[in-house]
Amino acid sequence: MSARIVELRQGILKKNDVLAGDLRQRFHAAGLLAINLVSSPGAGKTTFLRGTLLELHRSGRRVAALVGDLETDNDARKLAESGAPVRQINTHGCCHLEAEMIGNHLGDWRLDDLEFLFVENVGNLVCPASFDLGEDLRVALLSVTEGEDKPLKYPTVFNSADVAMITKMDLAEACEFDRNTAHANIREIRPGVRIFETSAKTGLGMAEWLDFLNSELDRRRAGAPVSGE
Amino acid sequence: MHELSIVCSVVESVQEAIRERKVERVEAVNLRVGALSGVLEDALLFSYEIATQGTPLEGSVLRIERVPVRVYCAGCEQESELASVQSFRCPRCQELTADIRSGRELEIKSIEIDEVV
Repeated sequence: MSARIVELRQGILKKNDVLAGDLRQRFHAAGLLAINLVSSPGAGKTTFLRGTLLELHRSGRRVAALVGDLETDNDARKLAESGAPVRQINTHGCCHLEAEMIGNHLGDWRLDDLEFLFVENVGNLVCPASFDLGEDLRVALLSVTEGEDKPLKYPTVFNSADVAMITKMDLAEACEFDRNTAHANIREIRPGVRIFETSAKTGLGMAEWLDFLNSELDRRRAGAPVSGE
Repeated sequence: MHELSIVCSVVESVQEAIRERKVERVEAVNLRVGALSGVLEDALLFSYEIATQGTPLEGSVLRIERVPVRVYCAGCEQESELASVQSFRCPRCQELTADIRSGRELEIKSIEIDEVV
């Protein structure tokens, strides 16, 4: 018998990374923009996404969404009110979405007919950071009720984000939300990241966000790199 | 707590790597884990014992090499190690930098095995 060391030098999440790479290629080929929303539970992902889908759908954009939760299809039903096609992914205990789940749930959707595909991740500010879903843009949401130091407490997710979205701005005053500190903390963790402030309830800041999405889609269609690249 | 699924991927990859070899037993698995990988060392070690049960990896040691975050500062034209992941500033000039050179690693570096000769 002989003892030996075998070098592997292999990514642990290789399987997910390969599947995510395949998805990214399919999305590129279809000319659509894929957006992954990550946040802690209760940051307002679903309400924010419903508002986004509603506006895009109304303006004639072709949108669809996948939404991940451990259990229930409550969020899918809430999002479907926008008129956009929506599918629920139940992870049954898994704390994050993986590329394989995305591939399995795209089903018979014709990607060529879509312009935006949104993925609402499981509410969790730790685990989704490690799993690439083939998205073009990763949006980390932070609600004003969570405290300005959330990015410092969860640097991994915020550092992996292409966009930081401050939500529930209509509650900012009641929560004594300090926007300068919040912005500074986000930039400390992710220098140069694009920051938006929105309230899906009042519509505040949504126009700027939608303009940004449309310009990113134009860039994709023109073959120019989008913000996440 | 996604460490269990990460460890399961490790076990799967190692089993695949030794499939073609006559392995008596796996002594150790060496990982490289970046400070920005979002993975906790303690949770990995805890999950490892559970995930290796009944596999050729049972009883083996999991060693974790922590990889610090290194950033490049365009102003200083230098790469440096960050003391913490709470602030992405060049330790020399204190300017913010988004140019991350290491720290996101999540890889199996090597395995130590006893082979039947």
